[in-house]
Amino acid sequence: MTMAAISLLPGGMALSAEHRWSPPSHLGNRIMLYIELIRMEFVNNLAYRSSYLTGIFNYSIQIGAYFFLWDAIYSGRRILGGLNKEEMITYVIVAWVVRSFYFSNLDRRVAVEIREGKIALELIRPYNYQMVKFARAFGEALFRMLFFALPAGIFFYLIRPFGLPAGWPNGLIFLVTIAGSFVINAQISMIAGFLAFFTQSTSGIYRAKRVVMDLFSGLLLPISFYPDWARDIIKLFPFQVVSYMPNLIYLGKITGAAALKVVILQLFWVAVLGVIGFFFWRFAVKHVVIQGG
Amino acid sequence: MQRRYGLWHNMPRYVAIFFHYLAQYIKTKMAYRADFFIYAFSDLLLQSVNLIFLLVVFTKVPAIKGWTRDQVLFIYGFFLVPFAIYSGFFNHLFDVPEKYVLQGEMDRVLVRPLNAWYQVVIETMNPELLVGMFAGIALMIYSGQAMHLELIWWDIPLALVMVLGATLIYAGVYTFLASLGFWTEGNIGLMPMVYNLSNYGRYPMTVYRGPIRFILTWVLPFAFVGFYPATLLMHRYEFIGYALLTPVVGVIAFALAYRVWVAGIRRYRGTGS
Repeated sequence: MTMAAISLLPGGMALSAEHRWSPPSHLGNRIMLYIELIRMEFVNNLAYRSSYLTGIFNYSIQIGAYFFLWDAIYSGRRILGGLNKEEMITYVIVAWVVRSFYFSNLDRRVAVEIREGKIALELIRPYNYQMVKFARAFGEALFRMLFFALPAGIFFYLIRPFGLPAGWPNGLIFLVTIAGSFVINAQISMIAGFLAFFTQSTSGIYRAKRVVMDLFSGLLLPISFYPDWARDIIKLFPFQVVSYMPNLIYLGKITGAAALKVVILQLFWVAVLGVIGFFFWRFAVKHVVIQGG
Repeated sequence: MQRRYGLWHNMPRYVAIFFHYLAQYIKTKMAYRADFFIYAFSDLLLQSVNLIFLLVVFTKVPAIKGWTRDQVLFIYGFFLVPFAIYSGFFNHLFDVPEKYVLQGEMDRVLVRPLNAWYQVVIETMNPELLVGMFAGIALMIYSGQAMHLELIWWDIPLALVMVLGATLIYAGVYTFLASLGFWTEGNIGLMPMVYNLSNYGRYPMTVYRGPIRFILTWVLPFAFVGFYPATLLMHRYEFIGYALLTPVVGVIAFALAYRVWVAGIRRYRGTGS
């Protein structure tokens, strides 16, 4: 994927963080640091604008495959898994466009830093490692939103008009939930990055994570298509709040109080994953020390 | 007499060199044994996503445009076989523009008395990905039995010819794209797009509209790496004309691409450093 090329930009970022750093006594300084990181990552990505352009065509081909498939699957049928054909096509396009916003390769970045021992340098810096990673990923996500997701969405709309959000309350809640999608996806990626440290194999973990996310976030097909037993299992995990539920809010299948409940569910998972991430981080750091890294 | 180094004049030598490269490859990979096996296994896992997608969809519908679950699985199973060969040997042709042309690795390749294309392929191969073939074959056997397919004597030789043709198409398309690197001197980002398009070949062509079907048949002939040959192997004869063209398309695609490659090599001037 073109995205892989845009993975690591180590030196410059760390420097700028150091440069801006002032005693962390003050919360305002902390926040300034993270805002600066977001800004820097955004600006860094500007250098890769053109590769995002080919990324849009790339996405079109991928979405195209699913468009034709769903078109064929629906031939002669009205409703499948609670969605009609138009809704399904909207679902697929929105799911992929939103993915282009929240997608991140935090897992790779974290795993590489841990394995190469660069994490030791991060440890002596007076900031929260995970927060710095999230801030940078968010800077990249904002960039993708402006230069990838939005143009891609408009481009697809011009080729094949799809449904717009079901009313403004749903549209607003949808925007809130895709911010949640970003955070939860970033947290899951971060944990996957830490896991890679324990398993010897990095590629296996990235791929396993990708498979799980593709299938159980609802990106490839709505969770409502799965048999009951599978849905019961998927419910126990945070994956479906990343894509499936925001998409249903966009479509107006979840509205009002139920939509707000999705936001609360996302907050719940952010908290749970935050705790898990914290412990993984502590554990990983201990291992680095033991190895003398 | 001048010694000739072409592939056809030196077959045994080329085979021997392949095994030398393979031995080196295995040695380097065995340093990270776990990673090696997990890499091969997780490649299967990635493919399983498509399989699960199809299995789940077919719990809701009996057929897609006249193709039943077992038929679609059979097509996918066939597709996985040439796909595995492509993944094992030709996927890394996408390194050519960046690594071999831009960074000048081609210098090293060209001074050696061995076909340059062959060197690039065996230098960048990942033969462990061939395990995907077994998944494909298993899927074909499973779906073939589920649709009560009777094996005819020509099925197996035909399958081999079809796989060879499909592999040549992959090799041809990727060799062509890699060769463009000699002109563009760097990656132009076409590879991922073509890769995504190649995945169209694993579904029935009747799913797509006219222009797309035309492109997949005559421009980037990925319909021949999965759908067309698979229909013949499952004894559905509507597309027999196309299916029988598979090896022909393969040979033509590869021959054309190889000519572009040779022209590219002639153009190559090194990095000058």
